[in-house]
Amino acid sequence: MVSAAVKDDIIQQLKKELLSLQGYKRAAGEQVISFGLGPIEKAFPDRTFPVGAVHEFISNATEDAAATNGFIAGLLGKLMRQTGVCLWVSTKRSLFPPALKLFGITAERIIFIDLSRPKEALWTVEEALKCEALAAVVAEISELSFTESRRLQLAVEQSKVTGFIHRYNPRTENTVACITRWKIKPIASAIEEGMPGIGFPRWNVQLLKVRNGKPGAWQVEWSAGGFQHITSQGLSISTSEKRKAG
Amino acid sequence: MPKRFVAIWFRHLTTDRMVRRRPELKGTAFVLAATERGRMVIKASSIAAQAQGIHVDMVVADCRAIMPTLQVFDDKPGQAEKLLNALAEWCLRYTPVVAIDLPDGLILDVSGCAHLWGGEQAYLKDILIKLNNYGYNIRAAMADTVGTAWAISRYGQIKPIIESGGQVEALLPLPAAALRLEAGILAKLDKLGLYQVRSFIKMPRTALRRRFGQELLSRLDQALGQEIEALQPIRPIEPYQERLPCMDPIRTATGIEIAIRKLLEKLCERLTKESKGLRTCVLKAYRVDNNIQQIDIGTNRASRNVEHLFKLFEIKIVRIEPDLGIELFILEAPIVEELTSAQDALWNSAGKHNDMRIAELLDSIAGKVGIAAIHRYLPDEHYWPERSVKLASSLEEKAITNWREDIPRPVHLLSKPEAIEVTVPIPDYPPMLFRYKGKLYNVSKADGPERIEQEWWIEKGLYRDYYCVEDEHGARYWLFRLGHYDSGEPKWFIHGFFA
Repeated sequence: MVSAAVKDDIIQQLKKELLSLQGYKRAAGEQVISFGLGPIEKAFPDRTFPVGAVHEFISNATEDAAATNGFIAGLLGKLMRQTGVCLWVSTKRSLFPPALKLFGITAERIIFIDLSRPKEALWTVEEALKCEALAAVVAEISELSFTESRRLQLAVEQSKVTGFIHRYNPRTENTVACITRWKIKPIASAIEEGMPGIGFPRWNVQLLKVRNGKPGAWQVEWSAGGFQHITSQGLSISTSEKRKAG
Repeated sequence: MPKRFVAIWFRHLTTDRMVRRRPELKGTAFVLAATERGRMVIKASSIAAQAQGIHVDMVVADCRAIMPTLQVFDDKPGQAEKLLNALAEWCLRYTPVVAIDLPDGLILDVSGCAHLWGGEQAYLKDILIKLNNYGYNIRAAMADTVGTAWAISRYGQIKPIIESGGQVEALLPLPAAALRLEAGILAKLDKLGLYQVRSFIKMPRTALRRRFGQELLSRLDQALGQEIEALQPIRPIEPYQERLPCMDPIRTATGIEIAIRKLLEKLCERLTKESKGLRTCVLKAYRVDNNIQQIDIGTNRASRNVEHLFKLFEIKIVRIEPDLGIELFILEAPIVEELTSAQDALWNSAGKHNDMRIAELLDSIAGKVGIAAIHRYLPDEHYWPERSVKLASSLEEKAITNWREDIPRPVHLLSKPEAIEVTVPIPDYPPMLFRYKGKLYNVSKADGPERIEQEWWIEKGLYRDYYCVEDEHGARYWLFRLGHYDSGEPKWFIHGFFA
């Protein structure tokens, strides 16, 4: 009779083998960055948010775009930590730098490249993704073809830079070679009964596609400098960072 | 900036040198003489000898008759030139451009140097005192042109420094010889009684040219600054330039790449030797049909990294049209900055290494899409949202103040607030619903107002009362009312979107 713990170990081992057969591998010396995404992390292969890959976000409304940029900023804050530098390439930027402080980013560490032509923007993104010195690259473009996304994916495979492509109002939601596809929408914030004002930002996070993982949908709140998962009972206590009072 | 020149006149160059080598000669009458047509002719005489009436070009035998105790030394030909060369080298401490003015002077181009000594007065004084301490009897003058500086140093009576633009007044009382004229012209002027510059400076130019030739006019123009006089510095400032002539005309991109790489290697080798780095670089390709093709690059930080510079050029190679072929490449670095190897190593060490690579990435982006596309923001001490950020001027610029976290700011800010229609229950309350771009939004939660006053010292206008509102679907907006509620119909605007 094999005990349950040993069984779990064997299953984990087999899962890892499967992943490596499917072409997913993590570099030996790579540090694991904690994103504090809670249950969302279960959707990813090996239960860690994939860095060194290109993620795709799609938003259709202005409100969704703001929520998506908020979510990206939350991830960026964790990626850049204290000293990292990030490139924000955009064809139509309305991001307001002071807002980034809420997500733990001092905006002077982000270099904005504002371009009018999508072709130039794509070239810049590709060049930036090849530069290992950057922590991450964010691109706000609307159209991305499969071939173009392949080029970006090839660039990050060499350099291990994380890329976020935010597509606002794309003509079609075509297949691209990105590792994930996300849709973020704002949802009503929660405040204590009878109190005026607005609560912490809350989003409905949809993971539509993820390579070697399980897609799903979650509701998260950004508070106390991290993502907090929302369950039907309220905020989950299992998240890595406990919510601070106030 | 106007040019400034200093002319130094060594009144007793060779004899002063003699005294420096043999201090016992100080104050005694002696001459330096050389054989000329079978007799000894005096080439230089000491101050004491001059006081006795012994002058240059007299025959030694005659002088011995005047003064039997006169000491005579051999004059070595070419010594004055050698001496001036050494003095010019010494003067490099004052300015990088020093020229020799035979037989007994130096010309210094001191444009933009004097302030380092605390002004022109102090600068000239420093030169005079230092050279006097070495035992040289000198006169020096400063002016806008070589000609005027020369004239004042030899013949000036009033002051040694002629302020910018004061050449004419300074020259008026001087003798004609102050214009560096040939003996023949001087004799002619003398014969006509034109002893001073003032007596002929106003004469018609045609008349002067007819009588005295072009030389007088050009000397006059040089002294007044109407004609540029080129100096021949002892250490010519070599431009950062490399040439590559080609045996056969080059027409392919590969060929151009090889040429650029070769030129960059040569240029960077020289920059390394002089511990410099380039900020801009221009490649000129001379075509067979006499057309010149040109591409240029710029860097954010002084660089002498061949690979990096090559990459910057690589992006622009397509802009060269080789047509029938290129026969000569010239690579120039017009702007060069100090870049010590220590700095270089510093940038390469762990933490800063990334900075350099980011700078290099930005260089190539700037080369492709233009520097205007790159922005970096710093917090500014203003509450007014549009003014709360300012553009950073460089990659290294640090923020003076911290980013505010205590006041809510939207993730997206509209570049211009857009007008909305609202329904507001009570004055100073947030709206119940608003219409934006034809769509109706029901406000379910709201926060505010946050009043932001217009900064009257910058711009006149009404204050804004900002409200954060959330609609029934959970989307969050930043709205504001312009001005006071009582002032008739207050206008409402949407200014941003929260995450």
